[in-house]
Amino acid sequence: MILIDLAIVLVALSLLAAVVRLVRGPSDADRGLAGDLVFFGFVALVALVGLRADSEVVFDVVLVATLVGFLASLSIARLVTGGKR
Amino acid sequence: MSVLLGHVGTALVVVGALVLALAGVGLLRLPDLYTRASAVTTASGLGVGLVLVGVLLHHPSLGNTVKVVLAVVVQLTTAAVGGYAIARAGYLTGVPLAKRTRYDELGAVVRTARGGPERPGRRRRPGRRRGRG
Repeated sequence: MILIDLAIVLVALSLLAAVVRLVRGPSDADRGLAGDLVFFGFVALVALVGLRADSEVVFDVVLVATLVGFLASLSIARLVTGGKR
Repeated sequence: MSVLLGHVGTALVVVGALVLALAGVGLLRLPDLYTRASAVTTASGLGVGLVLVGVLLHHPSLGNTVKVVLAVVVQLTTAAVGGYAIARAGYLTGVPLAKRTRYDELGAVVRTARGGPERPGRRRRPGRRRGRG
């Protein structure tokens, strides 16, 4: 159980690094990339917390999150280029 | 058997979290947008996949296996798509390359496609705009 806690802390550190890049990032694309990492870290965090709480519901949540997750990246890419392709 | 699967699952979860933490380190430390995009897309696909398989080994059943296999395949595919889209958007809006970049083959193509037929008077030598060294 302590190892799962360690994994949660590692993922949280990764999210923290992404937030730092979100604040500092020189361009908008850097910020979009940091948001991407925040999303993936959050998916992993949901799976880890579900493992910690001994729940099997998280498999459905994670499946839906991975199915729709890349739409956010594509939308941010469109926003960065200002609507042009 | 189940206990052994649980130990293997815990190990996979920790390794996946380590990979995600490495993605965070790369996002902070790498020099430009394109190397950061490389770090985030590859490492997050691998990290989330490892964490999901590790969680699956704690609750092994047929339904969970189907869900996790589908989630991992979709994750590995779409992480690459998203990272590619963001890096491409950054290139099109002129995010500078790192000083150490040696080859900018896309730059010549983009400049020819944009400035070539419309402004025939201004010809540039390809590959020199961003400088090197």
